[in-house]
Order: sequence, then C-alpha cells, then structure tokens
Amino acid sequence: MKNFFRILFLISLLIGFQYNSNAAEKVEYLKTDWSFKGLFGKFDRAALQRGYQVYTEVCSSCHSMKYLSYRNLAEKGGPEFSEEQAKAIAASFEVKDGPNADGDMFTRPGKLSDKFVMPYENKKAAQAANGGAYPPDMSVLVKARGGGVDYIYSLLQGYEDPPPGVTLDDGVYYNKYMYGNKIKMANQLSDGLVEYSDGTNATVEQMSKDVTTFLMWAAEPHLESRHQMGFKAIVYLIILTILVYFSMKKIWSRIKTEV
Amino acid sequence: MSDHEYTPKSKFGKWFNDRLPLLTLANHLTDYPTPKNLNYWWTFGGILTFCLITQIVTGLVLAMHYIAHADMAFDSVEHIMRDVNYGWLIRYIHANGASMFFLAVYIHIFRSLFYGSYKAPREIIWIIGIIIYLLMMAAAFMGYVLPWGQMSFWGATVITNLFSAIPLVGEGIVTWLWGGYSVDNPTLTRFFTLHYLIPFLILGLVVLHIWALHIPGNNNPVGIDIKKPSKDTVPFHPYIVIKDGFALLMFMIVFAFFVFYTPNILGHADNYIEADPLVTPAHIVPEWYLLPFYAILRSVPDKLLGVVAMLSAIFILAALPWLDTSKIRSAVFRPLYRQFYWILVADVLILGYVGAMPAEGLYLLVARIATAYYFLHFLVILPVLGFKERTLPLPLSITEPVLGGSPNLAAAKKKVSLNS
Repeated sequence: MKNFFRILFLISLLIGFQYNSNAAEKVEYLKTDWSFKGLFGKFDRAALQRGYQVYTEVCSSCHSMKYLSYRNLAEKGGPEFSEEQAKAIAASFEVKDGPNADGDMFTRPGKLSDKFVMPYENKKAAQAANGGAYPPDMSVLVKARGGGVDYIYSLLQGYEDPPPGVTLDDGVYYNKYMYGNKIKMANQLSDGLVEYSDGTNATVEQMSKDVTTFLMWAAEPHLESRHQMGFKAIVYLIILTILVYFSMKKIWSRIKTEV
Repeated sequence: MSDHEYTPKSKFGKWFNDRLPLLTLANHLTDYPTPKNLNYWWTFGGILTFCLITQIVTGLVLAMHYIAHADMAFDSVEHIMRDVNYGWLIRYIHANGASMFFLAVYIHIFRSLFYGSYKAPREIIWIIGIIIYLLMMAAAFMGYVLPWGQMSFWGATVITNLFSAIPLVGEGIVTWLWGGYSVDNPTLTRFFTLHYLIPFLILGLVVLHIWALHIPGNNNPVGIDIKKPSKDTVPFHPYIVIKDGFALLMFMIVFAFFVFYTPNILGHADNYIEADPLVTPAHIVPEWYLLPFYAILRSVPDKLLGVVAMLSAIFILAALPWLDTSKIRSAVFRPLYRQFYWILVADVLILGYVGAMPAEGLYLLVARIATAYYFLHFLVILPVLGFKERTLPLPLSITEPVLGGSPNLAAAKKKVSLNS
C-alpha cells in the first residue's frame, strides 16, 4: 500500500515540474473566486449572460469566436438563454448565405444553427484594421494562454501608464500582465461601459470577471458535465477499489504471504 | 512454464483444441505459475496493457471524427470537443492517456532496473521492451502533431530538423520526411498514418514481450531463480489477476482525476493556438515524458553529436544486460548498486527538469553534468560495480532460508519493496 504513496509522490513531482515549466516568466495575477473551479464547479449563469453581453457589445467588434454557434447560447451548461432569447440574438445578426438558385450570395437574419458572425472577412482584413495585429479568435483563448482565466482577468485590468524609460510606439499600449508588457489592444473597459439588464453595477472589475467567465465557457462548453461525471466516476472507482481490495485480501488469505 | 499436458473436458473442446490449441493457451495463461512475492511494482505490466488498449480504443473513435488536413485538423479537434457526443471525454482520455502510459512505462522500466529483471535469461524481454518504448515515443510525438496547434507544428519542425544533422544526406532526408520543403499538409497526413499504424506494431510486440516472459517466468523481488510450479508460486488466476486489478483501479483513480479535473495541465497552452508557420513560440518544449532526452540533446553544443548523445541515451539501455556485470539480480542484495540506482533516478528527474527550462546559464551546466553522469552510470559504474561490489548472501528460495537460517532472510522479506 505505502508504495502507492510513493507513486503519488512521483506523480506530484512530475506535475510540479510541469507547473514550473509553464510558470517560467510568471507575474502575480489578480485573484478572484471562480465559481467553475473545484470538484463541483459550475458556471454562474447570470455571469455568463452578462459576459456574453460584454463580449458582443465590446470584444466582438474585433475578436471572432468561430467555433461557437448561436444554439450554444441556449444549451445546458452554458448561459442558458431561453430558446426564444437565443433565436432573437441570432436574428439580430446579418448572416451571409448562398449561393441561391440564381447563383447570388445574399444576407439573411441569423438562425440558431449559424456560427457566430465574424467581425472581419478574413485574417488579412482583421490585421489591416488593427495596425497589423491580429485580434485572436476567442473560442479557446482561455486555454491558449498559460495563466488561463486569471491571466485574461488580470490583463483586462492591467492597463497602466508606462514606467519612465519605456517608450511606446503609436498604437501600442502598456499592460502590466502582457508578456513583454506591450500590447496592441487599447484599454477597452471603463466603468459603466455596458448597461447590464439585471441591474448589476458594470465596474471594470465586474465586466472583466463576467467576460472571462464567458470565455471559459466558450473554451470548455462541457465543463459542468465533465465535473459532474468526474465526481461520479471517481466515487464509483473508489467503491470498486475497496471491494476489490477486500476480495483480494480474502483470496490471498489462502496463501501464507502478504499482499 | 508448466509442462503438464492439458486436455479439454468436452468432446468438441478436444476436437477444436487438436486443431487450434486456444484452450491450451487459455489454460496456460490462467495456471501460469507466478512468484508469490511479487510486489506492487510488478502490477505495471497489466496497467500498461490497459493503457495501450485504452489508447487504441479512444484513438479509433477520434479517428472517425478527426480530419488530417492542415486547414481542417485544428477545427476538427474543436468539433470533437464541442459537437461530438462525449467527444471531449474521448479526447481528454486519449491525451492524458498518453501521459499515463509514459508514467506507467517509466515505473515499469525503473522496476526492471532495481530488481535486475533485464539480466539472463530475460535479455530478449528487455530488448523487446526497449523497442516498444522507442515506438511509444514515436507514436506520442506524432500524436502530439495531429491537433495542428503551435506546439504541434514547431515541435514537428524541431524534431524532424534533427535529421538534418546527418552529414551529406541530412537535408535530403528532412525534405523526404516532410514531403515538401517545410512541415506542411503532407507531413501531417503521413504522421497521422504512422500514428495509426504504430500502436498495432506495439500491440504485436507486447504479445512477443509477454511470450518471452512466459518462457523463463517472472523475476521477483528477491531476484533468485525459483522452481515453477512450487510453493513459491501461485497460479496467475485468481491471485495475480485480482492484485493487478486492484492496482489498476488505483491507477485509474489518478487517471480519472487528470481527465475530469485537470485535463490540460500536462499539455502546453500554445497548442490551443492554431499552427502558424510565421510565428515561432517563445519556448518550444516537448511533452514532459520526452524532457530528459531533450535535455541531453541540448546539452551538447554540436548538433550532430547532440543527436548522437540523445539516441545513445536510449540505445544504451538495450545493452544493459551486458553492461551490468553483476550476477546478482535484485538490488536488495546489492547495497552499493542500490545507492547508485537512486542517484540515477534523481539524475533522470533532474534532466527532465532542466529539459523544460531554457538552455542557458546554470540550467545548461546542470544539464551537462547530469548528461555526463547518465552515461557514466551505464558505461563505467555498472560494469565496475559487478566486480567490486560485496553483495549480501542470497536466500535459497523465497520461502526457505539458506541452510535453515539466513541472517538476510528477514531483511529480504522486509525489503522486497523499493522502500528498502
């Protein structure tokens, strides 16, 4: 039995290494309580809906979210807008479709099955409109950054005046948490920028938290069912392990030796 | 091996077995006499079989939904994660399964090193094992390329470029491997093909590995030859089956924890950025299980010699049965070897650590010392130790003391685990 503690120790060593390797250039990120962390972590439904509002009113003018469809907004484990709400959201976007019977492209109101409409035709157009910097697609952004949600949350609040001695080119901004501190995205959030329909006070901190929660869901839409299934699976395995342990003891008791 | 003749009871069974002795095989596998003092470090063979089967089954499902094309691979992985029923589960099992597989194989290998399982008459088992390990690394590397993220692309670029170190034909070989002048779609499709093929090669070798094991039978923590069957052995079923099953369940709990709660911790964040040939990541790092070899590669200033050192570090293991000159198998009776063994374990862990760090300054110095020590262990310490070391007297059997009372028997019984 105690050998297994040794194995666990080895595993924790290995994870420690990985942690270190990821944290090579770590800065202390801002901390906040994420409802989706932990064994039973779930998304805060209201935060997801507010986060969607921030995304769609602020971020989506530059950042695409190409792997999400409007139907996802009504799916279980997500913001859980009602189907009518999701349909209305979809219909508020113009979607390019076609070719029709005459061979022409046309625009129509969005449907649930449509992917999120992209802000730019293509990557080159996005770069041209943003001083050469490509605003990354946000579908898996949280998983594509070493610090994850904490990094995004901090970055949104990390704009500062550059310290003396740091000169910034036109269209470049100083951010405490950005790798190399220079970022081509200007500070986007200011208090009261959006008007939350649920009456929540739209502070920069609140909006950062909401939109980051939304991005986490966008990157891991099945996080809630993963946590639920994980708990069941592990409890099941533990019970089975205990039963097998006693069967093993029983079987080996026929032999004069230790197991 | 038990040599008693087996005859099926039923008439049909006998008729069938005379034509294809599957029942004899099944009987052999259940009755297979196994040393009864095997500890939990011996359960990793079964765990590894489980890992291989898990990878093959989840891999088959993934291949049904994955598209091996440079423009669509990344999208298809996200499609699996979002829209395929339980696709996220299958993919996370497969991705973390690779890490679990390597974790188990490293424990399996280090168990062999501690108890001298590679020594006569088990050299062939060991060498087949090393080939399996090599194929595992190839499969894992190519599998990591398939999602076509940044680390996939740049990892593939770095590793395939190693072949350019070969004098004269190097550049040609690299172009041939790529199927073009850079890592691109042809590289991806061939990696996918090979990634699909290799596990089945491994499966075949695993059969040979087990077959070769069943000729001399298992080594054991005491490391002495035992009579089979005898009162030192137990039939494989049910004794070893239930014990392996118990250990496997413990392993699965750890596995499940990774899959359900930290599915991305063993991967690199950059691999969620789609491959971009024009943007190089700040640090190109391989998966954790390849880090020790990566450290060896980078610790040599010359590219060709670095590649030679890295490959030698693996192939030197195949020569281990002849490099280790000691006749005593188990480290339990080799007090000096036992200490060098743990130094080697630490050395490999240190190599893994510096492999993840930038190759500069203190890290590079440590990597060089650790690399030198790695080779010193196998090329100097082991051969010399066999002649110089004063080993402890061996017991006559697992159960019976030497000539009615060995002072080491108690020690042997207590020290049958690595906890000595």
